[in-house]
Amino acid sequence: MINSRFFNRSELLGFLALAVLLFLILPLSLDIFRLNLVAKYLTYAFVGIGLVLCWGYGGILSLGQGVFFGLGGYCMAMYLKLEASSVANTKIQSTPGIPDFMDWNQLTALPFFWKPFHSFPITLLAILLVPAFFALIIGAAMFKRRVGGVYFAIITQAIAAILTILIVGQQGYTGGINGITDLRTLHGWDIRTDHAKFILYFVEVVLLFGCIVAAQFIRLTKLGRILVAMREQEDRVRFSGYSVANFKIFAFCAAAVFAAIGGAMFTLEVGFMSPSFVGIVPSIEMVIYTAVGGRMSIFGAVWGALLVNFAKTSLSESFPQLWLFGLGALFIAVVLAFPNGLSGIWADHVQPRIDRLLASRKSKSAAGMIADGAPAE
Amino acid sequence: MSDETKPGLKSPLRRKLLMGMAALPAVSMLGRPAFADVPATSAVNTTGLAVTDSEVTVGILHSVTGTMAISETGSVEAEKLAIEQINAAGGVLGRKIKFIQEDGASDWPTFAEKAKKLLVNDKCAAVMGCWTSASRKAVLPVFEQYNGMLYYPTFYEGLEQSKNVIYTGQEATQQIIAGLDWVNKTKGAKSFYLLGSDYIWPRTSNKIARKHIENHLQGCKVVGEEYFPLGSTQFNSVINKIKLTKPDVIYAIIVGGSNVAFYKQLKAAGIDLSKQTLLTISVTEDEIDGIGGENIAGAYACMKYFQSLDNPNNKAFVPAFKKMWGEKTVIGDVTQAAYLGPWLWKLTVEKAGSFDIDKIAAASPGVEFKGAPEGYVRIHENHHLWSKTRVGRAKADGQYELIYETADLVEPDPFPKGYQ
Repeated sequence: MINSRFFNRSELLGFLALAVLLFLILPLSLDIFRLNLVAKYLTYAFVGIGLVLCWGYGGILSLGQGVFFGLGGYCMAMYLKLEASSVANTKIQSTPGIPDFMDWNQLTALPFFWKPFHSFPITLLAILLVPAFFALIIGAAMFKRRVGGVYFAIITQAIAAILTILIVGQQGYTGGINGITDLRTLHGWDIRTDHAKFILYFVEVVLLFGCIVAAQFIRLTKLGRILVAMREQEDRVRFSGYSVANFKIFAFCAAAVFAAIGGAMFTLEVGFMSPSFVGIVPSIEMVIYTAVGGRMSIFGAVWGALLVNFAKTSLSESFPQLWLFGLGALFIAVVLAFPNGLSGIWADHVQPRIDRLLASRKSKSAAGMIADGAPAE
Repeated sequence: MSDETKPGLKSPLRRKLLMGMAALPAVSMLGRPAFADVPATSAVNTTGLAVTDSEVTVGILHSVTGTMAISETGSVEAEKLAIEQINAAGGVLGRKIKFIQEDGASDWPTFAEKAKKLLVNDKCAAVMGCWTSASRKAVLPVFEQYNGMLYYPTFYEGLEQSKNVIYTGQEATQQIIAGLDWVNKTKGAKSFYLLGSDYIWPRTSNKIARKHIENHLQGCKVVGEEYFPLGSTQFNSVINKIKLTKPDVIYAIIVGGSNVAFYKQLKAAGIDLSKQTLLTISVTEDEIDGIGGENIAGAYACMKYFQSLDNPNNKAFVPAFKKMWGEKTVIGDVTQAAYLGPWLWKLTVEKAGSFDIDKIAAASPGVEFKGAPEGYVRIHENHHLWSKTRVGRAKADGQYELIYETADLVEPDPFPKGYQ
């Protein structure tokens, strides 16, 4: 049975609260430096939303989302780098017109796979399609063979490690461990100015809400129900005649595309891309953001990405030598005390009170609403 | 916010700084007459940097957590020592230096974020920081965009020059060419085996070394060139190749923890460094601490500074450093270069008579620092340092013994013609 409304009341509340925060409160109260940091944090929220779909609902734990984040980010970075490496800008190189790191590595011509990134529309398509295609291959190879659970998590991690080694090793083609740096303009528009950062922030927030709505849509359709059913009893779904593998592949691809959008925005916001976002550690961090926010909640993922990164920044500014311990303690505390993350705290403690308040005022039962928010575990 | 009352600071300094801070209100109450020649803030700071009548804020941006912390800690310590000494000597244009320390966490984007914070939020008049090339590449656009000043301490691959950076370490040619000439002349070396960790600095350095060996040294050749991923610990296959090709010189640019495995395996394979010449540009006293002196004794290193240098500046510097940070600390090439940063900045500000970044950038060429532990240094027009190249031989106690130094300062040449 599909819910007659797109958002139930508590979700609508969450949607509005987030919209007010991101569209009004933060842009009005923060200076451009802090707002740019928020924009950076939010790029991880895209990954988080994908993880809610594929891990929270589909039960597919991917510890390699950094791969897709990185692919999206690198696609964008390649376009920006080519624009920054015009012949006029690179006169001092032995081969003008190619990115500086290629010149340092004695390349004399642009490699073939860089050439399509001269075009902006192709770049945008690549940001969406390259990770989706990659996820499709991984997903098909794994899920068709019924590799799942822990084994799938390990394999995604291995892929993250392989991609990092590949990028670091092929530095003539990828910029190596330095990454692709010194990005300047997007289609002739300088992305480094304060004004551009301000606009990019809003572009990103709009995209984020687009992804939230898309994820909510997937969750509410029959597809979302099948994902939950698969997570709970995979065999029953299979025996009912559904192709479990195809649904899993879809969820995995969708998560990959969300992550890639986040990665592309990251490149624009931060101004460079490096293999340090592709590897195992960032991939696990992304899972942690989602776990802290609550893996069953789309909004929780956004809050998790915002709050954990905010804590990271402020702790490291205040205690440069000790902050990592503080952050670690925070994770342990959250996971031990609140296994459903922030959204669990909300659903278990805050929501019932609000409902009770509303119920006493309207003398109406709130039972139906609580059932909607809680995971079917 | 982070400031000088950090738990990481050893207590004597902390007490001193606290006393200094306690004295600050008194100083400001006394006003100008306390420092007769203190120029007005409005005159020396026209761009809104964090400069007051009594204080100027600088940033320290290194990794104190993560894999690079072990390398960068020495730089942080040297910079804090320099700042304390400058303050004890009256500060910069009559203003005490206050520092804000940020952690780059061995993560390049974090470096960019923190650099932006130091420039935009804290308005730091200068930043001492970065270590790896990757972190410098990440912060460079930030410094250029917000017009900051970075003092970068590490020897590096060159191919860069910025108005907003002073490179206090050597660029690649300063570290490589004189060392190769020396080994060719005194050891009669004709064949070289080049090794390196796989990233931009070793690759660029080996490229320069190869060009120099093939084009400038009579009858010399490179018999092998290999790279290993960062953190690699398997060197047996290349050690076997070295045994087969028997090069006159092993030229090694292996960094970080890989060094430990490399030198131990070399020793275990029976390659005796007292007979086989090995020249490295990546092992300072700091790395020997991890490798173990007995594993690397006999190897030659090409640097600009060794802790054992015998000159009056260094004889004052080493005890001061040990007094502040402990008897067991060792001082490597980069640590010394980091120590130069605050001093060069002070001298440049005083030459320019202003804290303004543009004026400092313009005044930097020609600034001389006679008190450098490595000896006399001078800033070149290209914002790198003129310094000597030295060759030292590792001893079992973890120190280098100076074997050779160039007669004159070597000119920095970040874009060497004929080597690219």
